Amino acid sequence: MIYMNIISMRDLDKKTVESIFSLAEKAEKGKLPERKGILATAFFEPSTRTKLSFQSAAERLGMKVVDFIPEVSSLQKGESFSDTVKMLDNYCDIIAIRHPKEGSARLAARLAKHPVINGGDGGNEHPTQTMIDLYTIKKEKGKLDGLNIVFFGDLKHARTMRSLIYGLGMFGANMILISPKGLEAAPEIVKETKEKFGVEIIEKNEMDFTNADVVYAGRIQEERFADKYEAKKVMEQFRLKLEYLKKAKKDAIVLHPLPRLGEIGPEIDDSGHARYFEEAANAVPIRMAIIQYALEK
Amino acid sequence: MNVEKITNGTVIDHIVSGKGKKVLSLLGINENYPYRVALMINMPSKKMGKKDIVKIEGFFVDEIKAHLIALVSPHASINIIRDEKVSKKFEAVLPEKLNIGKCPNPNCITASERGNAEFIKEGEFFRCTYCERQFKSSELV
Repeated sequence: MIYMNIISMRDLDKKTVESIFSLAEKAEKGKLPERKGILATAFFEPSTRTKLSFQSAAERLGMKVVDFIPEVSSLQKGESFSDTVKMLDNYCDIIAIRHPKEGSARLAARLAKHPVINGGDGGNEHPTQTMIDLYTIKKEKGKLDGLNIVFFGDLKHARTMRSLIYGLGMFGANMILISPKGLEAAPEIVKETKEKFGVEIIEKNEMDFTNADVVYAGRIQEERFADKYEAKKVMEQFRLKLEYLKKAKKDAIVLHPLPRLGEIGPEIDDSGHARYFEEAANAVPIRMAIIQYALEK
Repeated sequence: MNVEKITNGTVIDHIVSGKGKKVLSLLGINENYPYRVALMINMPSKKMGKKDIVKIEGFFVDEIKAHLIALVSPHASINIIRDEKVSKKFEAVLPEKLNIGKCPNPNCITASERGNAEFIKEGEFFRCTYCERQFKSSELV
C-alpha cells in the first residue's frame, strides 16, 4: 500500500486534485466505500470547521476518531512536537494536523509512518481548504479555467490565500488581488504562480470587482496592526458591500473560508451571491475524499 | 604583500572582496585554531577587481564545506595543498540541496525542533522544504 501525504498545493498536480474531486462527488452521492481505521485529529491551534469536518468525514466513512487535545496532553510537561507526532502515529492510521509553525505538517509527515494531512501550518499552506474552495467554484460555475477571481482582504498573512492563489493558477483562473497597502500577497507566490501556469494576476489597492465571477473574501487581521485606529479604518474600508458587486457578473458568487467578523456586510447573505455556507458544507465530502485518497494512493 | 606558503592545508582564492572573514567563520576557524592562518583582504584581481584570499594550515576543505563557502562566495577557488603542492583544485559551487542549521524564518518548525533545515535550490534562491519560504543564499548563513 502506498500512502500519500497532503501537505502543500505545491506537491499536487491537476490530475490528483481532479481525482479528489471525483471522489468527493461520489461521497456526496453516498457512493464511497466504507473503510475501517482511525483518524487522529491533532490541532495545536483553535479550529471549528476544519477539525469538525475532518472528524465528520472520517465518521461518515466508517472510521473512528481519536482527538489529541494539546491543553491536556504531555505538551504541558514539555514534550516536543516531534515526539508527540511519533506517539500519535502509533495510535491511528491517518493524522490530520494543524500547528502554528510553518513546516510542521511536512515535519510530521517525515516522522510518521501513516499519512499526514495538513489542516494549516502557520502562515504557509491550507491545501484542504483550497480543494474545498476549488470544488465549490467548480460546482457553482461548471469550470475553473478562464474565470475571474477577485481576492479581497489580508492576502499577506492568510494561509488560505497563499494556497488558493497557487491552486487557482494550476487550473488556469485569472486573479485580481485587492488588499490594503502592506497586506499584499507574498510577491514570490504571485511570481511563481504567473510563471508556472501563465495566468494573469493583477494587484490593486482599490475596490474593483469588474467582471468578477467569484469574490473570495478574507479577514483583516487586526492583531497585525500596531496602530489599532488604522486597523479600524482598514477594516471599515475592507467590508464587502453589495454596491461593490454592481460591476461584477450578475451570477458572481462570494466565498469566505470563515470565520468572518465584519468583512462581509449582512446584506450579502441574502443577496443571492453568498456561497460561504455551501463552501463550508463541501468540507465534508472533500475531506472524505482526501482521507480516502491519502490512504489508498 | 608576501605570505608564506603552507605545507598542508587549504588555500581559498577568488573570494568575493570582504567575505574572507565570513568564510573563515563558516569553516569554524577562530582565534582558538592552533595552526597558521592568513586572511588577505582586497587583494588585486584581474578577474574580480578586488578579492579576498585565505590560507589555512592543517585544514582540508571538502565538498560539503565548499557548499558553505559558495553561499557567501560562489565560484571561490579551493586549492588543497599537500607537501607544498596543489594536490586538488575545485570551485565552490552552490548545491542543489542543502542540509544546514536553521531556517531564517523564525516561525519555521525547524527553528524550534531538533534537526537541520533543508533547502532546495530554485534558480538564484533556496526554498526551505518545511516552511516553503524562499531565501537568497546569503540569508542562509
